[in-house]
Amino acid sequence: MMKPGIYAYILTMFVVSFAVRVLPLTLIKKPITNKFIKSFLYYVPYATLAAMTFPTILYATQSPISGAAALIVGLATAWFGFDLFKVAVSCCGVVLLVEMFIR
Amino acid sequence: MENTYSLKSAHNKTAFAEGLKDGVPIALAYLAVSFSLGIAAKNVGFTPWQGFVVSTLCAASAGEYIGFTMVAAGATLMETAIATLITNARYMLMSCAMSQRTDPKMPFFHRILVGQYITDELFGIAIARKGTLNPFYSYGAIAIAVPAWSIGTALGVVAGNIMPLSLASAFSVALYGMFIAIIIAPARKDKVVALVVVASFVLSSVGAYLPLFAEIADGTKTMVVTVVVAAVAAVLFPHEDEQEAE
Repeated sequence: MMKPGIYAYILTMFVVSFAVRVLPLTLIKKPITNKFIKSFLYYVPYATLAAMTFPTILYATQSPISGAAALIVGLATAWFGFDLFKVAVSCCGVVLLVEMFIR
Repeated sequence: MENTYSLKSAHNKTAFAEGLKDGVPIALAYLAVSFSLGIAAKNVGFTPWQGFVVSTLCAASAGEYIGFTMVAAGATLMETAIATLITNARYMLMSCAMSQRTDPKMPFFHRILVGQYITDELFGIAIARKGTLNPFYSYGAIAIAVPAWSIGTALGVVAGNIMPLSLASAFSVALYGMFIAIIIAPARKDKVVALVVVASFVLSSVGAYLPLFAEIADGTKTMVVTVVVAAVAAVLFPHEDEQEAE
């Protein structure tokens, strides 16, 4: 079977992202009351982002050591309440720093 | 105040200007993070233009990233659709939350436009305002944040080609830094969220290192981990809605 082209992927991603965001806002007139669905939707972002970050971050850089350093610095700065931008920049900085020494 | 939906109204002009102003820090963060996303897009064969288009249409960090992993794996469009659905499921929750704060008289096309650009940050600043949602406030923020996201992605694709390896390596973790920031702040306040984060870390490591699961694509593993962890957490620890309690 032929592999889909990049624009076919982009279109698929767009249609799904659009539907997910727009349908509730246009269709729902009443509050959702199902406790399981509400709770499930509440936990989904945390589970997804955590699963996407680890262990992938270890292999995103040139060495697992700098990847691990970025993870630790990210966890620490986020824990101490730094905002999104500062956490992201700290992660980049530590990778740059660590990779200067390990090569 | 009587809501009108004309840009000529002074009230809506003010709201637009406020949105624009609140959108500036978001745009700066988006520029850095989408740059990192652009490097990921480049690695799976996107051109700068394709990076610009996908970010303008999808405006999602995790959602786009998971799509790129599906492209890399040569997944089917159905698999890609399911992965995008699961990864972006949180926007459904945000869209539901916004529907509860929307003036019933708000015209349909405003709902579509505001909905299309629900992101963690744009949702956050819109819902933090008092009263019913003013779409013009959202448009102000969208007007600066979304172009930053799209241009940053395109620049990331370009730079991924010419940037020294050490810089590309450093920038590539910006995206993960953003993910960490999004999950850790609430994990501090809510023990169940912390537990969800730890469980997902563990399960996704199991998926990554056990030879049994070696054949499964990364995006599919993420999806399975998400559904399992979120469903178990929802059954064991039903979440109390704080907004209703307030």
